[in-house]
Amino acid sequence: MCFPCLLGSESKNYLHWFYFLGKLGAQGHNLQELRRSASLATKVFVQRDYSDGTICQFQTKFPPELDSRIERQLFEETVKTLNNFYAEAEKIGGSSYLEGCLACATAYFIFLCMETHYEKVLKKISRYIQEQNEKIFAPRGLLLTDPVERGMRVIEISIYEDRCSSGSASSGSSSSSGSSSGGGGGAGGR
Amino acid sequence: MSVMVVRKKVTRKWEKLPGRNTFCCDGRVMMARQKGIFYLTLFLILGTCTLFFAFECRYLAVQLSPAIPVFAAVLFLFSMATLLRTSFSDPGVIPRALPDEAAFIEMEIEATNGTVPQGQRPPPRIKNFQINNQIVKLKYCYTCKIFRPPRASHCSICDNCVERFDHHCPWVGNCVGKRNYRYFYLFILSLSLLTIYVFTFNIVYVALKSLKIGFLETLKETPGTVLEVLICFFTLWSVVGLTGFHTFLVALNQTTNEDIKGSWTGKNRVQNPYSHGNILKNCCEVLCGPLPPSVLDRRGILPLEESGTRPSSTQEPGSSPFPQSPVVPTEPLSSNELPLKARVPEEMQSSVLTQQGPESPETPQEASEADK
Repeated sequence: MCFPCLLGSESKNYLHWFYFLGKLGAQGHNLQELRRSASLATKVFVQRDYSDGTICQFQTKFPPELDSRIERQLFEETVKTLNNFYAEAEKIGGSSYLEGCLACATAYFIFLCMETHYEKVLKKISRYIQEQNEKIFAPRGLLLTDPVERGMRVIEISIYEDRCSSGSASSGSSSSSGSSSGGGGGAGGR
Repeated sequence: MSVMVVRKKVTRKWEKLPGRNTFCCDGRVMMARQKGIFYLTLFLILGTCTLFFAFECRYLAVQLSPAIPVFAAVLFLFSMATLLRTSFSDPGVIPRALPDEAAFIEMEIEATNGTVPQGQRPPPRIKNFQINNQIVKLKYCYTCKIFRPPRASHCSICDNCVERFDHHCPWVGNCVGKRNYRYFYLFILSLSLLTIYVFTFNIVYVALKSLKIGFLETLKETPGTVLEVLICFFTLWSVVGLTGFHTFLVALNQTTNEDIKGSWTGKNRVQNPYSHGNILKNCCEVLCGPLPPSVLDRRGILPLEESGTRPSSTQEPGSSPFPQSPVVPTEPLSSNELPLKARVPEEMQSSVLTQQGPESPETPQEASEADK
């Protein structure tokens, strides 16, 4: 139950965060208490895949640290969908040429009032990641960070451990996998 | 309990960005530090065109056609717009790795290379990738703590890694990279046309007027003409030549950096894997392709700081033992702008710092020695 509140804290939508606070009946809670209830164990970084050139693609290789946390297929599906979104954003075709030529003809002033196709797709990606976090990752104690917030270099996956049930602070400040000796994370935040 | 009166100030992310850039208009404008030559460029263009409109255009509009100043104005406005767009926009800076990410990469490198005995130089940090059946090497940037994407390079003047790095242009006061290359190309193209146009019509003006009042009288009446002709003459050789060179690069989908380093030339080298093989397709991709937005988020707001205190870690005392993981409704990039040393947990600091090899900021000249 603690993980949805982390979800809101990582997204930029503060209203979303307060919604979850309300859901948890957490009006009386302050931030400290919430933070104590779930702690960041480690982070995993999914790197870019440059085998198709400089287009934005992420490796679908399953990180071993997530082995016990999420099904391989779900993870790969998420990354593949993200890759498809980025391919759509960077697609070179008729519409992108039209946009480029129109922008050039207006000396690029048109971008003051119009969003580029790329920006529109990035917004779609942002919504998709939020949705995935809500439905799939947060219940498993994971949190996906939008690659745009990491300079499109990596997909950062934060692995949280619930301290509610264990009552003890978990260790694992190093980045190696499976480092938690506190044993508090296994149950997931239910 | 003492009551502290605090003055809350909104801090935007651009104020804490590393690198040697200057920002104006509250983060909307991004340039290099040295702007002197950029001001010279502006002065030359504005000055020459002002003289042209004030003197020659008045005569030519009456004697020949009013379309002459109109067309000049269009060229002038277009070149100014593209110049400002090139100078003020983010060239495609890759933000530096956060401490967690940097540590993760360090671990991966150590795992691949194994621990190096004391005193020995660690092997160079290179990753090999296969792109379109060619092997391309990715180099590790010690400053930004990332493996640079292909075609990216570290600009030593701006101290940033820039995607599809072309060159650092002092005339526009900014790097030329993925996001502003098309503006740069259109600027030099329109400036070439403008220079040729102004030069030609100055000659026409002098010729026409000399027929009526004589050559020396013409020059005495509008001494600015001489200045304009001189400026245009010298600009012609450089800008038109540069435009030709960049047209060649665009047709082959290469960058200046790659051309200088000779990345794709020579029989022992790989062919350019980014070229589509078709000149038109290359031009369309470079000039009209999709434009990625800036990932720097210069105008994002950092957590509110109290007056007189630095925006430090966003934790409160007695909370999580992991200093790099605040779980608060803050901007996710809040840790990005802090000096790396302040944010790296102590147990990782020694491993991160000992792995740092010699600083190797990339310039095309230095890089050519490193790569060859």
